[in-house]
Amino acid sequence: MKDWRYWLAEQRGTLLAFGIFIVMFTIYTSNHPAGFTANVVQTASNKGVLLAFVAMAQTLVVITAGIDLSVGMIFLLTNCLASWLVIGTGIETALGVVAVLGTGLLCGAINGAIVIYGRLQPIVTTIATGAVYFGIALLLRPFPGGSVNEDLADALTGRLFGVVPASLVALLAVVLVVWVPFSRSVLGRAAYAAGSSEMAAYMSGVPIRRGKFAAYALAGLLAAIGGLFLTFFTYTGEAAYASGNAYTLFSIAAVVLGGVSLFGGKGSAIGAIFGALAFRTIGDLLFVFDFDPLWQPLFQGVILLIAVSLGAFALFRVRNRLEWFL
Amino acid sequence: MDGAVPLFRMEGISKRYGGVRALEKAELSVISGSIHAILGENGAGKSTLIKVMAGVVAPDEGRMMLDGSEVTFASPAAANQTGIVCIFQELSLVPELSVADNIVISDPPKRFGMIDRKAQRRIAEEALARAGAADIHPLALVKDLPLSRRQMVEIAKALARKPRILILDEATSALTAADVAKIFGVLKRLRSEGLALLYISHRMNEIAELADQCTVYRNGRNVASYAAGSKSDNEVVELMIGREYSHIFPPKPVRAPATAAPVLEARKLSWTDRLDNISLSVGAGEVVGLGGLDGQGQRELLLAFFGVLRGLSGQILIDGKPVAIASPAKARGDRIGMALIPEDRKTEGLMLPMTVRENLSFAALDRLSRAGIIDRAAEQRLIDDMVALLAIKTAGLDIPVGALSGGNQQKVVIAKWLMRQPRIILLNDPTRGIDVATKQELYQLMRKLADQGAAILFYSTDYDELIGCCDRVLVLYDGAVKRELVGAEITERALIASALNIHGEEMPVGGMAKTPAGGMAKTPARGADA
Repeated sequence: MKDWRYWLAEQRGTLLAFGIFIVMFTIYTSNHPAGFTANVVQTASNKGVLLAFVAMAQTLVVITAGIDLSVGMIFLLTNCLASWLVIGTGIETALGVVAVLGTGLLCGAINGAIVIYGRLQPIVTTIATGAVYFGIALLLRPFPGGSVNEDLADALTGRLFGVVPASLVALLAVVLVVWVPFSRSVLGRAAYAAGSSEMAAYMSGVPIRRGKFAAYALAGLLAAIGGLFLTFFTYTGEAAYASGNAYTLFSIAAVVLGGVSLFGGKGSAIGAIFGALAFRTIGDLLFVFDFDPLWQPLFQGVILLIAVSLGAFALFRVRNRLEWFL
Repeated sequence: MDGAVPLFRMEGISKRYGGVRALEKAELSVISGSIHAILGENGAGKSTLIKVMAGVVAPDEGRMMLDGSEVTFASPAAANQTGIVCIFQELSLVPELSVADNIVISDPPKRFGMIDRKAQRRIAEEALARAGAADIHPLALVKDLPLSRRQMVEIAKALARKPRILILDEATSALTAADVAKIFGVLKRLRSEGLALLYISHRMNEIAELADQCTVYRNGRNVASYAAGSKSDNEVVELMIGREYSHIFPPKPVRAPATAAPVLEARKLSWTDRLDNISLSVGAGEVVGLGGLDGQGQRELLLAFFGVLRGLSGQILIDGKPVAIASPAKARGDRIGMALIPEDRKTEGLMLPMTVRENLSFAALDRLSRAGIIDRAAEQRLIDDMVALLAIKTAGLDIPVGALSGGNQQKVVIAKWLMRQPRIILLNDPTRGIDVATKQELYQLMRKLADQGAAILFYSTDYDELIGCCDRVLVLYDGAVKRELVGAEITERALIASALNIHGEEMPVGGMAKTPAGGMAKTPARGADA
């Protein structure tokens, strides 16, 4: 009868992020000298998908009520690795891609294994493993350099049929191949259940450990896809510490903007993707309005605060103070 | 069905937690097609027994036989697979997931490796209908449902797992009377379908109505098994507590007409659609009960006094003077001196992982400290007094409060507030899920505090308690006070009649009407078997 209402309530965070992104992007393109053209969309897409992939990675872990502070470093590590391996003939390139993605998966799996079987806290674990991953990235690329299969890179950063940005299509494909099956699988549900109430999930015989492990491992994979795309955009590998940290922090911001609860159990990677795209658009907005780029961090912070406050508006309507704590 | 061969047997099961002996060579036999009641005080080992059976806890020794062959369970999932399904007292629902998600959670229907949402919806609707809770929408999030509805979801979830042995651990403690009646119907049907049911409850009338066989546990052992109905309630209670069972309730003093202004008074309190023009007063030394069907605004009324609700209209007076109570911190302050013993001790009453000592002194820290430094000696003295006064059974003050039994946890909650020597004590169904002996101690304590001059407002879903403990009872219906019963007027009949908002002498006890607010009486109609 009222099925759609329940659906709407569930998707509220995602829809809000979608709305914020659309508004910001509309303002951006309508003030851009070139307007809403394929070129402008392609550039925006290429800038946005990197954070979108990393934010998706973060979402998976946050859903389990954990946090992954190593996503940015996995992103760098796989970038550096790709700048060595994703090159040569078709077969060699393909093997390189597989190796890069496998490395990301392995990094995520290590995080998961330590958190779940070692029973260490996610925040501590991923700070430590993140440092290790960065260290390996530095060994791989002490100085920026390397190269990548440019045919593949150009294909994936260009446009399909001259209109649709290929990077956006790739993002959609990853959503369909990784996120949708995960969120609808038993493991995905186990991850949500563990994030919402681990004890209730355990008492219900839910495969909590496998669910959480899958979430961490897939987070590594998604961060690696991000790292791969970074290589496609830059044609090089670089172990840039500041950049890795920024991606980690921005991924958390994007996740929050996207309506994913940091307490776990609630939210979707789709929301996080729109959160990431919206977050990236802030810089573009400053550009079209001729602000000094130095203003960017300040504006990003303000937008983040506003978005989070929007989510908290419901608290003003609470008439029973105990509901503040639920 | 060959009723003589037990479907499930536990032999010589022992379990220790540190130095505490929870089970000591306990035995249990369960037969198909019967309802087996498990009785015993809190701490008698019932919970541990159930946990062993459901694969949550591994026993130190002993063995379990299912269909004549020995079994061991490494996890709740393993127990589920053999058909042993338990509905725990602590709800095992995942709050952020939908009702349907929760119902199928242990074994969701799959299609191409993904969860089949259509099939899931169908299973959930069937299970809800089977549990008599078809009014719950399968897409609703569990966290948005009130406690009684969640409990129905919990039962539907158990049924969806097609159990052979179904364990209900205090499963009705949060339910409304209409739900209890439905559940009893469901349980009887399951029995006729050949299931074995284990029923744990503190409510003797429920056991009398349902059970075929009863086993009483005491100090971790089974002390008696008998056919239901072959022992009187008094005999059973004696078996449980192992001592003479005499007056449950302390005598009520004869009260002189009040001369001073009442300690606590409400004038025309209203709040959203939950409280409607409530006026009441509680004098020093008085125990005033709140009765009525569950969910008629009793809880909100207590929260209103305690400064939790916003947008309250009307007036609250303390000692005859109007006050604005903006927060619990203000309510408990010296000027007002109020304490609220909350409904859910696990979330609102205690910090479970923190120690008994810390929990006890939380509410009184401001009184025990100077310039922000806690006077440890004074704290220790006060804590010792309280532990002695309430006879709290704990292995030590520095163990997590979560390790105590339910009754002792509740004592800690009460002690914590008594440390402030409150003048006004609000109690929100404080005896829910605690054992007979602890209940009696609480009744005595309540009267003692009243005799010392406290004003007590006591909400209970158990009519016996209201009859036994209260000088006056206000019956709420749909957020308003419908009737005030004084002294000898407080009878079960009067309570039930006014709870249903019926004013005749004769009233239909069996068919409890649904109220406008959707809430129903929590206590099953006891008049029915009289």
